[in-house]
Amino acid sequence: MFHRLTHLVSCREATRWLSQGEERPLSLSERVKLGLHLRVCEACSRFAAQLRLMREALGRYRR
Amino acid sequence: MPSAEGRTSCGLQSRADTPFALTFVLRGVAARGFCRPRILQPAVDSDPFAAELETHRRYLLRVAQLQLRDQDVAEDVVQETLFAALTGRDGFSGRSSVKTWLTGILKHKIVDVIRQKARQPVIEATFDEETDLEDFDALFRDDGGWAAPPADWGDPENALSRREFFDVMEFCLEKLPAKTARVFMMREVMELESDEICKELTITANNLWVILYRARMALRECLERHWFSGQARA
Repeated sequence: MFHRLTHLVSCREATRWLSQGEERPLSLSERVKLGLHLRVCEACSRFAAQLRLMREALGRYRR
Repeated sequence: MPSAEGRTSCGLQSRADTPFALTFVLRGVAARGFCRPRILQPAVDSDPFAAELETHRRYLLRVAQLQLRDQDVAEDVVQETLFAALTGRDGFSGRSSVKTWLTGILKHKIVDVIRQKARQPVIEATFDEETDLEDFDALFRDDGGWAAPPADWGDPENALSRREFFDVMEFCLEKLPAKTARVFMMREVMELESDEICKELTITANNLWVILYRARMALRECLERHWFSGQARA
């Protein structure tokens, strides 16, 4: 079951949505698919955390 | 108002005993921007506010250079920013840091330069070469899974407390393709809204998303390789 959910959306797509989420509101469908993917994909969850850290680092860079 | 005369960033001064030919050469060097006057310099000695502004010059230059990729123009823009800050110090509310305030002034100066450039008939290379996602597919397998999944970054908060981490980040930002870096800096450091960036650079929203995605992927990879994989630094 989890295996199938992971493959509803690929890591390639998930990372694009994670990035685009900073610029535009994701659609309901995108949010649901992304949320399910992140629950089962450790690599993309890690990527999401790293995106947040980079944003934080760039924030401190200008302060 | 501080005087721009006399001193230059290289410490050169016109002297009566300088041979005429040499004076001419030095003027030429100064005019080409290798050795421009430091407007703030005379004020720095007597004015703590000017001295504080001056401490942010290197940061402002890096940020400007990353967006403009032209050392001369970047120096001009930073000089104007510092001068505007010095003469407009009453506009500094103290609610944000001086650095953040300067970043805000720099943002307007950079947008002005980009607008002027856009009006010039010189056609810049299009963004196409940097918005093509093809070579990024190497990051993922054919089935869309990670080719090399992100590594564990350990205790990333520790990185944010280290000055060297920010040196590595600057290094990684400088490695980004020129236009990718410009867009990324406008978005993440200048904090321009997406539609402002699209308007100023005449790119589509889709171009913008692709460019920012590429920038984030490249920055992530570079930080991982040059900082987080060397956990000796942790």
